[in-house]
Amino acid sequence: MTNYLPLIGIALVVIGFALRFNPLLVVAVAAIVTGLLGGMDFLKVLGTLGHGFNENRYVTIIYIVLPVIGLLERYGLQQRARALITQMRGATTGRLLLLYLGFRQILSAVGLMSVAGQAQTVRPLVAPMALAAAEKQHGELDEDTSDRVKSMAAATDNVGLFFGEDIFLAIASILLIQGSLKSFGIELTPLQLSVWAIPTAICAFLIHGARLLWFDRQLKSSPSLSGGGGPAKLVEGEYPPSVPRTATSPAEAREE
Amino acid sequence: MIDLHWLYVLAGAVFAGFAIGSARDATNRKRLGNTAFWGLIAFSFWFGDFLGDIGNGVLVLALVAITGVHLLGKGSKASTSVEEREGFSERYGNKLFLPALIIPFTAFVGTLAFNYTPLKVSGLIDPKSVTLILLGLGVIIALIICYAWLKPAATASVEEGRRLMDSIGWAAVLPQMLAALGAVFAAAGVGTTIGSLAGSIIPEGSVFLAVLLYALGMVVFTMIMGNAFAAFPVMIAAIGVPILIQQDGGNPAVIGAVGMLAGFCGTLMTPMAANFNIVPAALLELKNQYGVIRAQVPTAIPLLIANILILYVAGFLL
Repeated sequence: MTNYLPLIGIALVVIGFALRFNPLLVVAVAAIVTGLLGGMDFLKVLGTLGHGFNENRYVTIIYIVLPVIGLLERYGLQQRARALITQMRGATTGRLLLLYLGFRQILSAVGLMSVAGQAQTVRPLVAPMALAAAEKQHGELDEDTSDRVKSMAAATDNVGLFFGEDIFLAIASILLIQGSLKSFGIELTPLQLSVWAIPTAICAFLIHGARLLWFDRQLKSSPSLSGGGGPAKLVEGEYPPSVPRTATSPAEAREE
Repeated sequence: MIDLHWLYVLAGAVFAGFAIGSARDATNRKRLGNTAFWGLIAFSFWFGDFLGDIGNGVLVLALVAITGVHLLGKGSKASTSVEEREGFSERYGNKLFLPALIIPFTAFVGTLAFNYTPLKVSGLIDPKSVTLILLGLGVIIALIICYAWLKPAATASVEEGRRLMDSIGWAAVLPQMLAALGAVFAAAGVGTTIGSLAGSIIPEGSVFLAVLLYALGMVVFTMIMGNAFAAFPVMIAAIGVPILIQQDGGNPAVIGAVGMLAGFCGTLMTPMAANFNIVPAALLELKNQYGVIRAQVPTAIPLLIANILILYVAGFLL
């Protein structure tokens, strides 16, 4: 007899995230409820949660880059990234991110996953460059548009990582697939598996790349009210004051 | 041997710095909350292995309590102004990129050096943690260069790091919390339940529908767990091996590899994959915490369709 009660924990997570309760609170409540319904006593649940937390400390290590990134921002790194793009002829948000997508996929495919990342490259370099390019195309950006540009930069990093890394032979996911199949008596080498990551990697580049170029057209076809891309002079935390918006542009309506 | 624990010492020191900086920040009304939160994380990095499972569980509940009752705040302590930054940017020019590129460069050279020199067999570095160790090394080198070149105040790096850390706030520990939730899910048997559910609704006789169910099962289960790694063993055991490979004669390499990639499409669409989807929203100061996910869904869905077609065509027809 399968015990279906622990699935209530999943429902709690979904509802909690949808209603935008504090996610840490949602996760803790869901963990305790799931454990209790799964027949564990409270101390066992608490211990499992604590053990899992302690074993996974490595995911929180990435923040050690923040002192470096913060220090460089203090000395104008984001401004420099913007200036570089502003001087570059023909640089657009879409083309810039397309180039980044290609690099990210190739670097991940040869096992250099941690060369880039949201904290290491997107926040200090890619996002400010994408914003500067967008200002050249679109004029001054309102908050919604600049948020969309930044979201696209973050999304491009994720897509490039996810659909590049599985081409690399020694990545954890390939080893997991190999191990799982082996437990059923199916013996495969990592190479036999990783070649089948290539078709999806190409599709990811084409699909996301097309969206990036389309994003350029949207930026161009919806000039901002203030018009004219002046020199970029915006920093984090002080992204452009929102321009009062009279109507949602058709380009934005399509995207939603 | 240099292993993960060396990094935990470094990370603990960074978070302890954030905690001390928070305590001294008079511009943050809730500074004691921040001090306690970052302090507990520093404590976890340094002493987590000595706390025992229950002790760590209590630490988790304390972190949750601090955020649950809104004790985390943000200071308004001045960094440099926009004008000053423009000035610095002019003065230092493109050389400013160099320290930023040291971290990726260290990862690059370090990985090559590790794989193609006797370093690997020397046993000096734990092979399982090479990437993170190189990250730590890159950070230290970059900091030394920044201090030697730019000569900021001694506490500047911690203060600037704390500025970014405070803007991420509670989201910083969400990925680690979700991993812990995954451990509880596994212990409570959630995976096997979902596997038997998925296995029981397999339609008879249609290979394509079975492929569809396998791929969608990967996506949905990945979205729930925030991680395709948790979903894969369950779905391959429930549908992949018994139905697609053994019953329908599909190519195991395709079923395995592309099944995992279908799961990755789910990773793009879930807040449970917090380190990829929620933390960047905080890091980039987006108004909508789901902004990154919204930008990814229009890529994830066509790519999922492509994966289903690849599974079907390459797995069964080729």
